[in-house]
Amino acid sequence: MAADLSGIVIAPPTPWARISGFYRKLRRLPIIPVTLLGLVVFAGIFAPWIAPHDPEKGELGERNIPPAWGSGEKSLKNVVERLSINERATSVTLKDAREIDPNAQVGDQIEVFTKPEGTTKFLLGTDHLGRDVFSRVVYGARISLIVSLITLAVGGSIGVVMGLAAGWYAGFIDEFLMRLVDIKLAIPLILIALVLVITLGQSLWIIVTVLCLFIWPRFARQVRGEVLQLKHMDYVSLAKVSGASTARILFIHIFPGTINTLIVVATLQVGIVILLESTLSFLGAGVPPPTPAWGSMVSDGRDKLAGGVWWISTFPGVAIMLTVMSLNLFGDWLRDKLDPRLRQLE
Amino acid sequence: MQKYLARRFVLAFVTLLSVSLIIFIMSRVSGDPRHIYLDDYSTQEDWDRMGEVLGLDKPYYQQYGLFLKGAVRGDFGESVREGRPVTEVVLERAPATLLLGSVAFALSLLIGIPLGILSAVKRGTFMDVFGKTVALVGQSAPPFWLGIMLMFFFAVELGILPPYGKQDWNSIVLPAVTLGWYYAAANLRLVRSAMLDVLDSEYIKLARAKGVSSRTIILKHAFRNALIPPLTFAGVTLGALVTGSLVVETVFAWPGLGRLAIEALFAFDYPLLQGVVITFTLLYVTAAFVVDVLYAYVDPRIRYA
Repeated sequence: MAADLSGIVIAPPTPWARISGFYRKLRRLPIIPVTLLGLVVFAGIFAPWIAPHDPEKGELGERNIPPAWGSGEKSLKNVVERLSINERATSVTLKDAREIDPNAQVGDQIEVFTKPEGTTKFLLGTDHLGRDVFSRVVYGARISLIVSLITLAVGGSIGVVMGLAAGWYAGFIDEFLMRLVDIKLAIPLILIALVLVITLGQSLWIIVTVLCLFIWPRFARQVRGEVLQLKHMDYVSLAKVSGASTARILFIHIFPGTINTLIVVATLQVGIVILLESTLSFLGAGVPPPTPAWGSMVSDGRDKLAGGVWWISTFPGVAIMLTVMSLNLFGDWLRDKLDPRLRQLE
Repeated sequence: MQKYLARRFVLAFVTLLSVSLIIFIMSRVSGDPRHIYLDDYSTQEDWDRMGEVLGLDKPYYQQYGLFLKGAVRGDFGESVREGRPVTEVVLERAPATLLLGSVAFALSLLIGIPLGILSAVKRGTFMDVFGKTVALVGQSAPPFWLGIMLMFFFAVELGILPPYGKQDWNSIVLPAVTLGWYYAAANLRLVRSAMLDVLDSEYIKLARAKGVSSRTIILKHAFRNALIPPLTFAGVTLGALVTGSLVVETVFAWPGLGRLAIEALFAFDYPLLQGVVITFTLLYVTAAFVVDVLYAYVDPRIRYA
């Protein structure tokens, strides 16, 4: 006899359970990484409208100003008519003193900033040449975007074509291409890249070309693996039987099957390209100054640290880190969504 | 096994050869080397004699042959900047890089592996979150910036470690941590994911069912098999540590090969640059080869494939 279940009522989920369930679903989405990436892309595209100052020109009188929340240092100085060099630490001229206090007289003592105070005019402070750090970070996003998108398009296409050819033709072509990949993995590429950029000249195009050398093998390898699996599928044989050309089979029938993997690889590779580009810039072989690239900005602030001027290096570095971090997190999420075979246990 | 090793060996050889070719072409593309050696006061005779000494009167392929012949004997000519044989300068700087590289490598293992195991075993706990954070920061923060931040915090603000140079024993701490962090992060991720994979396998469940203690399971059964992925990665790590030193040595003014390479590059001292690049490649290739051999030794599937 079946148990009598008529009296049992399933309680509807409480509002709290609904909220926490919704929250749990929300947490699985990469909201923070996508937001951050959105910000970077937005900053890159709309840089001229966002940046409050010219990123390449500064006032030397406004150099090394700390971020808006930074406090300066004041000290009492004597007001004198004329200033000799060894009096600089203790005195100011009447002219400078009048700018602070119009009633200043020779012989007075006046409070003067020895280290400037942060102002809202320069949100993240200014660098050693008086350029606005915030504007430079915003424009730096543009350089990173341009470099990584072009590199991805060119390097990725080369890699895809190589991978398609290697997977489809097998034999000698495959062997040759895959050995090329091995060699690429076995040489200190960053050093070679440096030599190339310095010898051939620092320009955006040479840097992009060099970066392409870095990224095509990853694409080639991945696509080759996919092609090896796909080429034995029935629909490929059917296409062959119906007389499709090799190019048609490769690009119309096989290539779309690799797109999911490609999106994942591309996302993760952009992070690598951004890191590499900033490393080259840092070492002095990036997009030439005064163009604001994140890497060279970090390098600019390096020898100012000892004087307590930390903001020149810190902010562009934070920008690089957050961008790369978001790309990694977003890439991991995409991989789990699009290509569960590659999933690692989390 | 022998076939595998032979292939690897040939590959290493071809790699060295192609790097030497690239660097030779670069040194010729950049202009006639005599422009660096000779000044405006030298005569046409000097110019010609110099050309003979350097072999510049011969066709390019013969010049490359001469360069290779010298390189095999460890003779890269004379450094323009230092006026001494390149080999001498390189050998002088090599120990500092090897020291930095080995300390950083040791750090990456000592931090990456235990943290990886802990965050896999204590999945979802504070330990796991901590491990993931270390890994995420290590893989996303550019080493040159990380180095500068560590320098600012520990050397400038706290003043407990020397900011740069190589004097006392503690001057290696900051560069080694900077260099090792990235690879520690990579090792951590690899060990964690391999460990989770292994812990989920049937033979671990059997061991648990038998009543084997957790400690024995983790250390004896799981850990050994979880070590294979990081080992594969070690070849890449060792090689990349060498290049990583390029950046870290520049940041911390560490007197090693990386800094030498940058100095030679910006001084257009091509003989020295050739010597350093070839040395780097040699280190890189040797490390990769050693790891390949080790790998074949540890994983029989490779040996008999």
